[in-house]
Amino acid sequence: MNAQTPLVDMRDIHISFGGIKAVDHVSVDLYPGEVVGLLGHNGAGKSTLIKILSGAYAADGGEIYVNGQKADINNPRDARKYNIETIYQTLALADNLDAASNLFLGRELVTAAGFVDDDAMEAECRKIMGRLNPNFQKFNDPVSALSGGQRQSVAIARAVYFNAKILIMDEPTAALGPHETQMVSELIQQLKSEGIGIFLISHDIHDVMELCDRASVMKNGQLVGTVDVKDVTDDDLLSMIILGKKPEGVTVS
Amino acid sequence: MQKPARHFLTSLGLDVRLLGMIGALVFIWLMFHFATDGRFLTPRNLFNLSVQTASVAVMATGMVFVIVTRHIDLSVGSLLGLLGMIMGTLQLNILPDIVGLGHWSIWIITVFIGISAGVAIGAFQGWIIGYLTVPAFIVTLGGFLVYRGAAWWVTSGQTVAPLDPTYKLLGGGAEGTLGETLSWVLGVIAALAAVAVMLISRRTKERHGIQVKPIWAEGTLMGLVVALTVGFAWLMNSYKVPDRAAARIAKARGWDVPEDFTMYHGIAIPVVILLAVAIVMTIVSRRTRFGRYVYATGGNPEAAELSGINTRLLTVKIFALMGGLTAIASVIASARLGAVGNDLGTLDELRVIAAAVIGGTALSGGAGTIYGAVIGALIMQSLQSGMAMVGVDAPLQSVVVGMVLVLAVYIDIVYRRRTGA
Repeated sequence: MNAQTPLVDMRDIHISFGGIKAVDHVSVDLYPGEVVGLLGHNGAGKSTLIKILSGAYAADGGEIYVNGQKADINNPRDARKYNIETIYQTLALADNLDAASNLFLGRELVTAAGFVDDDAMEAECRKIMGRLNPNFQKFNDPVSALSGGQRQSVAIARAVYFNAKILIMDEPTAALGPHETQMVSELIQQLKSEGIGIFLISHDIHDVMELCDRASVMKNGQLVGTVDVKDVTDDDLLSMIILGKKPEGVTVS
Repeated sequence: MQKPARHFLTSLGLDVRLLGMIGALVFIWLMFHFATDGRFLTPRNLFNLSVQTASVAVMATGMVFVIVTRHIDLSVGSLLGLLGMIMGTLQLNILPDIVGLGHWSIWIITVFIGISAGVAIGAFQGWIIGYLTVPAFIVTLGGFLVYRGAAWWVTSGQTVAPLDPTYKLLGGGAEGTLGETLSWVLGVIAALAAVAVMLISRRTKERHGIQVKPIWAEGTLMGLVVALTVGFAWLMNSYKVPDRAAARIAKARGWDVPEDFTMYHGIAIPVVILLAVAIVMTIVSRRTRFGRYVYATGGNPEAAELSGINTRLLTVKIFALMGGLTAIASVIASARLGAVGNDLGTLDELRVIAAAVIGGTALSGGAGTIYGAVIGALIMQSLQSGMAMVGVDAPLQSVVVGMVLVLAVYIDIVYRRRTGA
């Protein structure tokens, strides 16, 4: 589909933990305004691959290009410099802090004197939460007091607030009810239309069929293949995930 | 609690845990006051209590950060001893040869080098914990032995005395106070500053459209703060210096005084140091990025790391800060005694940890306040000196303090479970 430069191009990435090849020479890419699903069983290596992009792990080898430029990502701070934002499956929230403190964690707004400006952060937090989850009211409670969906919206707000160009969503709907899942779907459509590229890790084939443009399937740390979602059926994807079998008559890159 | 009372407290926005601690403190004070036939709540005893609390309380503020990030520091008592030995030797045997005996700069150089050494040693421990990932329990247990041994080695076990006269003022005593006038000035300035801070904070909250306390609640709080600060200055200014000591001090300072000259103590210098440390540490914990990262890391270390916080470097900074505060505590403790012996700071690590924990710092990490640790230290010291006044044997004192520690933590656990915090 593309003559453009990919937003992200991960080439030949590999990493091992104690002799186990968690990610075994995998290449994936992502274009602006595109949603790429990452599929596979537990332990297929999709979360590990994505943690290399978000800086949580350092790869043993391989290269990452962002907008065609070689990117050097060694820790989460580096990833943020490239406007890569991640919504982790565990949400990665500090439970003892309130929503605003979590939203700005690591990037606090400060006053002219260099002190943390809690009031300004709370005001900003109210603005973005008003857009993402208008029912959200618990601004002064620690996030441990929030429901699963509310916590999720804090994690999403954190990724969206800082003008992400590349968004990684690891099982964003796993802990959500139907209403909130719908909210996340709408959000993904909206971000897509703004030209943001999204890696979506999911177990749910229906989510992937509905939300993604392409799907990359992993098994045992290796890439089975990447397909255009419109060219394949649910069963094709399932057999890629379970059997590692590429569908026939479809372009698999 | 009845509904109107609860509504009243909620409007004030006071923490229930804080009220509980103050309640416990008042209970202990009243109990000893009656048990000693009214000798406990006197200006004299409260002055002594404030001075005795200062050293442990200064360290307890740093221990809050250490425990909040799920670490522990068992080495502070030994480190206090070692730093005391270093500072004692410096002002007695080394500096007089360089700048001259009794030179005005001796105490400044001593304190500066002491704090630098404390920060350096603390940072080194933090580096082993953060970057080499040896558990803090082990590193500081090692430090506990190393520093106590090293302190002995500095002077081959000899007690260092007498310390520099100006340095000794930092430990309190009849001369080591602000005196009457300055105590009043400090009390009033502190009260005005507190009111100003509350007003400014209210204004910024209103500007951002965040709900504020009702005006009567804010007014009540301001009244309380003013009464406490000015009241403390008044109390310390009611403790008379014995006439003979007053005459001696006046003579030493070259004052021309009448026959019936009377003099009052005022706020002790170590207490001023403690207040300054507590204020700075509160600002650090609430209004700086460093403080925010301390609590975030304690709440969820993985999340902190993924948010781009350099948690290893943070550990180094926390232990460096702990080392610096231990040095300040060492100045207070050694100056108060006027001498540095081998046993300076023995068991202080346990008093400091107990103070922080009684003050509501959770060993599971993520929760703890500076004011809590200071009140915790005050509760511990009140128990100890109260029992001494009543005439409880020293071994029995330890038994009681130990049981109170466990009881306090149990109450805290029950409270957390009930409130779901």
